[in-house]
Amino acid sequence: MTKPNSKINLAVYWGAACGGCCVSILDVHEQLFDIVAAANLVFWPIALDIKYDDVRAMPDGHIDVTLFNGAIRNSENEEMATLLRKKSKLLVAYGSCSHMGGIPGLANFSNKEEIFQRVYHDSESTINKDKIRPVPKFEVAEGILELPVFYDSVRLLKEVVNVDYFMPGCPPQTERLVEVFMAIVSGAELPPAGSVIGAGDKAQCEECERKKTENKQITKFYRPWEIEDDGETCFLEQGVICMGPATRSGCGHRCITGNGQCRGCYGPCSDTIDPGAKMMSAIAGLVDSKDPEEIEQILNDIPDPAGTFYRFSLPSSIIRRSLS
Amino acid sequence: MKRISIDPITRLEGHGKIEIFLDDEGGVDNVFFQVPELRGFEKFCEGRPVEELPSIVAKICGVCPGCHHMSSGKAVDAVFGIEPPPTAKKLRELFYMAHFVHSHIAHFYALAAPDFVVGPTAPKAQRNVLGVIDKVGPEIGTAVLKQRRLAQEIQALLGGHQTFVVMNIPGGVRKGLNSLERDDIVEKAKGFIDFAQFSLKLFGDVVLSNKEYLNIILNGPYALNIHSMGLVDINNKVTFYDGKVRVVDTEGKEHCKYAPVDYRDFVAERVEPWTYLKFPYLKKKGWKGFTDGQDSGVYHATPLSRLNASDGMATPLAQIEYDRMFSTLGGKPVHATLAMHWARLIELLYSAERCLELAEDPDIIGKELRTPSNGIVGEGVGIVEAQRGTLTHHYWTDKKGLVTKANIIVGTTNNNAAITMSIKKAAQGLIKKGVTVTDGILNMIEMAFRAYDPCFSCATHSLPGQMPMIVLIRDSQGNEIQRISRK
Amino acid sequence: MEFKPKIVAFLCNWCSYTGADLAGTSRMKYQPNVRAIRVMCSGRIEPTFVLKAFKNGADGVLICGCHPGDCHYQEGNFRCMRRFQLLQNYISQMGINSTRLKLEWISASEGKQFAELVNSFTETIIELGPSKIKETVELLN
Ligand code: SF4
Ligand code: SF4
Ligand code: SF4
Ligand code: FES
Repeated sequence: MTKPNSKINLAVYWGAACGGCCVSILDVHEQLFDIVAAANLVFWPIALDIKYDDVRAMPDGHIDVTLFNGAIRNSENEEMATLLRKKSKLLVAYGSCSHMGGIPGLANFSNKEEIFQRVYHDSESTINKDKIRPVPKFEVAEGILELPVFYDSVRLLKEVVNVDYFMPGCPPQTERLVEVFMAIVSGAELPPAGSVIGAGDKAQCEECERKKTENKQITKFYRPWEIEDDGETCFLEQGVICMGPATRSGCGHRCITGNGQCRGCYGPCSDTIDPGAKMMSAIAGLVDSKDPEEIEQILNDIPDPAGTFYRFSLPSSIIRRSLS
Repeated sequence: MKRISIDPITRLEGHGKIEIFLDDEGGVDNVFFQVPELRGFEKFCEGRPVEELPSIVAKICGVCPGCHHMSSGKAVDAVFGIEPPPTAKKLRELFYMAHFVHSHIAHFYALAAPDFVVGPTAPKAQRNVLGVIDKVGPEIGTAVLKQRRLAQEIQALLGGHQTFVVMNIPGGVRKGLNSLERDDIVEKAKGFIDFAQFSLKLFGDVVLSNKEYLNIILNGPYALNIHSMGLVDINNKVTFYDGKVRVVDTEGKEHCKYAPVDYRDFVAERVEPWTYLKFPYLKKKGWKGFTDGQDSGVYHATPLSRLNASDGMATPLAQIEYDRMFSTLGGKPVHATLAMHWARLIELLYSAERCLELAEDPDIIGKELRTPSNGIVGEGVGIVEAQRGTLTHHYWTDKKGLVTKANIIVGTTNNNAAITMSIKKAAQGLIKKGVTVTDGILNMIEMAFRAYDPCFSCATHSLPGQMPMIVLIRDSQGNEIQRISRK
Repeated sequence: MEFKPKIVAFLCNWCSYTGADLAGTSRMKYQPNVRAIRVMCSGRIEPTFVLKAFKNGADGVLICGCHPGDCHYQEGNFRCMRRFQLLQNYISQMGINSTRLKLEWISASEGKQFAELVNSFTETIIELGPSKIKETVELLN
């Protein structure tokens, strides 16, 4: 794909995203000049004034690499994914949202109707006697105004188009991005299509520096505010849920460095399909009880298992959304 | 009827589009600013353990995650009925000042400066940060990148993750500072103060001493006569982390001043069918449509509104600049939208000074980081001033602390009506009968919303060559009749 | 149309599968809706197996292992007990009735108990009606 000594065309686009993925690209700081030396940025709404029409006008395959961040939440996200797929040689799902659904994917605990009801009608600060709701087409005196269609569920990029690579993280660590970028522009051999890139394939725990004991058993779970964290001992050993066992390495255990628990934004290792299922196995192996009632009591102390074990991955999990 | 669609608007955080309808004379009939997306955080925060919310809601915005983390952290404290000990409070505010420094630097140099330092109608290829560096020299460009990085380093030091900090825990913070780290922050803060003063001087030299620019700021089609909101301390001085919300009317008189818990008595939100984003307004004034004036409930929550709504700055150097701005612009309140850039730099100086104050405070290396919780009250409101406006988080929980309801009014949302009106006003002022819509005009319409814009694109504009923006003018049947593009 | 539930039963090789076998060879009558999957030990049943069974259309999932204390690998069924509890908590949060997942201990000699268990579980599932999991997941594709 790379022509020696020629720049690649790079595009960055967001679906249902927070902007943090774009910030992670800006965080290359001074290295930005290296990036710009190797790539023409041809589309990046946060930074450049290229419009959708300009992208439509590009020849197919014009873009060498598109970093697509954000989930698929509405019809515009899907249309843009389809358009960018056509225009791009490599399409990379960049960040947890496009990789696994991410935080916006937690919306799969409810549906469109429930979300609209909450936001536009029940919200305590909203006054909406006429029960107005945003609609895909609305006629004003001057003409018709259109909005994208809001879907019932959050979906993944790979469900609407074919994805070449997945780069995990919320957001991916900038150092990982630079490594991947340099590999691409230097013409290095890329892993097989469909791979996760820019991350390790060991569990977070293997890199984590907190102290672990062999065969530690848990008899009670605590919320983070119920313990006096000593800053050193593995959170799980202290009885606080940490997604380390079900999460791949690569972030540099950032949250743990700040005395926070890992919440799994890097997603599971490649041998695992469903991070929550993996986490349930890990916890079951740690709890020290053989009495059904006691087991029930201990495990009921884990609040919100679905929202914790699948914090970043609900739409990519086996069950994918609540049946509500 | 002719129609100009800008889709998407670019160089801002998030999605948006502008629909401009022209009348038969070629003047502007109406303008709609549409936000085409919704996430539904209010809904999916339900069921989550409330202590997880500061990290979850931070993903509302990756540009100002620290604001959500703080506002949410305060709401969570209230749910537990506890206040952090002094050290924790100061650490949070210290983090927050670094967040402001990094954000305001990026915004000014990458977004605002090109329009002034290079010029509002300069060739677009130069109207970016590279053009700015061309004018001011490469050392300053390097300084900009460096100062932003240093501010981010402070955030990562205090909060673990560089973007999405994990700092807050009910009643305090997870991590303290040692004296070596503190010394390092003191040095960085001194550098921020120098840099902020330098930036103000640059603004003075380049913008204020240029009659033409001053004229655009004061007399361009950019003024909105609306109410001003901002967080103030006990002396009515500007504050970001903690205080009461004060709103002054179009003449600068206090309209209201409320504690966070009372926000619903003063602010209400309206829904329109053509955008996913709601329109907050002052409840006591009521919604009178997209109109300005003393009777309208439309307000703004921006660097300028915060200065308007306060009696001054709590730090000495910023106070000098505050006085200077209002005397130059003809007294309080100022309604010139573009003065937001000046106000932002004064806030930059305040954040830098406050950063130093906090770093030098002996409490900052204290060991008491958390007030233990002793039960769950079940409801809490937290308000901070985000870079882009007053930010409110309100949670209800069950006895276990699982969220039952959440209500959030985000910084930029406050300005939704004002942004819509500013764009319309700029378009009306600039697109007139017989006028061909040129690139310069398009840029000047964009300047209307850019003043409200968050920040960043620091690096963004430093990419060579600004890419074309295309505006289509269609007739009432949707046929394209004119296409203007910047090359 | 009569609802014929699909039930997936994960049976431990040493006790429960033998128990089920006994039920068969003794010609005890039990509902024909069960698809038995033999595993070496109930401790081998990963949460993924259960979730996949639901996703692929199971209306109910039955897990059977040796009685506590009788596991051929000492601890397997205790581990299973804990996984089962976690799974129940999780699926009920996902809007799946937790009674669709059942855990019972069946020894090699308990053919009758197995037959009764299958009958009563089938009964329960018929009352609950078809699971919508497969349909919901497929809608997303
Ligand atoms: S992956 Fe994280 S940083 Fe990236 S868009 Fe999603 S929420 Fe934001
Ligand atoms: S569970 Fe968490 S704290 Fe413990 S070792 Fe793993 S990553 Fe580290
Ligand atoms: S520690 Fe876990 S949650 Fe935090 S950045 Fe790393 S993978 Fe993501
Ligand atoms: S061998 Fe039967 S449960 Fe372990």
